[in-house]
Amino acid sequence: MKIPLSQMAHARSGDKGDISNVGVIALLPEYYPVLVREVTAERVKAHFGPLVKGTVTRYELPNLAALNFVMEQALDGGGTISLRTDAQGKTHGAALLTLEIEVSADELAID
Amino acid sequence: MIRIANGQGFWGDWLEAPVRLVNGGPLDYLTLDYLAEVTMSILQKQRKADPNLGYARDFPPLVARIARQIRDQGIRLIANAGGVNPIACAREVRRLAPGLRVAVVLGDDLMDHLDELMAGGHELRNIDTGEPLAGVRSAVQSANAYIGAFPLAEALRTGANIVITGRCADAALALAPMIHEFGWTPNDWNLLAAGVIAGHVIECGAQATGGNCHADWQSTPDFAHIGYPIIEADSGGTMAIAKHENTGGRVTLATVKEQLVYEIGDPRRYMTPDVIADFTSIQLQDDGPDRVRITGAEGRPRPDTLKVSLSYHYGWKATGTLVYSAPDALAKARVADDVVRQRLADLGLQFEKIHTEFFGVNACHGHLAPRVAEPAEVQLRIGVRDRQKAPVERFTRELIPLVLSGPPTATGYGEGRPPVREIVAYWPTLVRREMVRTRVEVVE
Repeated sequence: MKIPLSQMAHARSGDKGDISNVGVIALLPEYYPVLVREVTAERVKAHFGPLVKGTVTRYELPNLAALNFVMEQALDGGGTISLRTDAQGKTHGAALLTLEIEVSADELAID
Repeated sequence: MIRIANGQGFWGDWLEAPVRLVNGGPLDYLTLDYLAEVTMSILQKQRKADPNLGYARDFPPLVARIARQIRDQGIRLIANAGGVNPIACAREVRRLAPGLRVAVVLGDDLMDHLDELMAGGHELRNIDTGEPLAGVRSAVQSANAYIGAFPLAEALRTGANIVITGRCADAALALAPMIHEFGWTPNDWNLLAAGVIAGHVIECGAQATGGNCHADWQSTPDFAHIGYPIIEADSGGTMAIAKHENTGGRVTLATVKEQLVYEIGDPRRYMTPDVIADFTSIQLQDDGPDRVRITGAEGRPRPDTLKVSLSYHYGWKATGTLVYSAPDALAKARVADDVVRQRLADLGLQFEKIHTEFFGVNACHGHLAPRVAEPAEVQLRIGVRDRQKAPVERFTRELIPLVLSGPPTATGYGEGRPPVREIVAYWPTLVRREMVRTRVEVVE
């Protein structure tokens, strides 16, 4: 079944220049393998579409059951150059949590 | 064990937080982080206008407010409030709080050494774009190296109640007291990594204690009186993140994890002037109410380079808004956007960028925003930027006329024409660490 990522993870995002990074953290450690399988750099890049012009790199933090996505050219120049309301990517974490992922009932039911 | 709190995550953070920390329970060190990436250029301009300015002006009055607690409880204060003029900052602190000893750390400011560095073959290439600095050299407004914790620890050795720095690595503010108290050396990579990681957790203040935390945010207790984070550090590198009792917010695995992944790149290589910390090495443990323990940190030898942040004049921008009400609020705002763009084109004005957002519909999340069937109102927000000031100036006059000459129900223009703002951009680069010489001065 398809569920929004927000059912399995929480997130925080921030900036460094024109780079936005989104940390995605499993709500339960058991969800982490699902995140690793479903939330790939390619899918994150496609999800953000025109908001992120550069490459998306994924890093894994299995000890925190977390993934870190580093998204380049993601803030219209970043910081003071950007004309966006969200020039620091503060809401990118929430935006990523709307990603639809495919999970089995068993995977979601772990509790 | 020593307790190190952070009472300010950026310049503009909650003014009461440091006061509540010194009154709220036991504390050995209080750190305050004032410097965002482009703060230095603002301070550089202030110093140009007045040689006695150029530091975080909120800081000396704050010290005056908490001077008695600092003295009575022996709390030591470490702050990067010095900006581009740490000595002037220290003098103002001494004036307002005469009983306290102040040490400053100098040497991060490279503004007067740029040409010498470039003549010596340093191209100061932008880390993100690879471009050499030469192209924007004449527009540079500030240049500061991120210095590490060891010079700050040296300042603590003077016995000062207060240590003031300019630019330093954010986590260095918390690492310095550990180096000072525990005698850690530059080769204690795992210990330094433990301190850096804990420092990273508290450097953004209440973001470690429930602020800005997605996980079940509705149940976060008492944001109004949120407690700011405290590290309980031991000499063996075990760190606990905590907060004072009877404060709002919370310290949980979720709040600490969110802050750990905040504004990082490769988690195995978190670069600081003192050590390369590996965020994948640590283990977190729920250690009772509002307490999370961090163990197992591993680090690698510090890099040969120091990060330098430069700021330079880039150009100009302005952002204007108009509000349209229902019915058809979004349709009206879209037509108004077309009208403004047409009029700008008719004037022959060119911009590096014109950016439109429909507030209430797509401003933050663009195409990812959930569809809103019929918003009660929409704010049209148009921004422009260019290297030249004139077209930006002209743009600021093109929005308000639509109140009479565009689609119906335009309102919300009470503040009149939007201001033209200078864009001071950020240029991150590296220099070999031996090019940066720090020193400590006690200001009497």
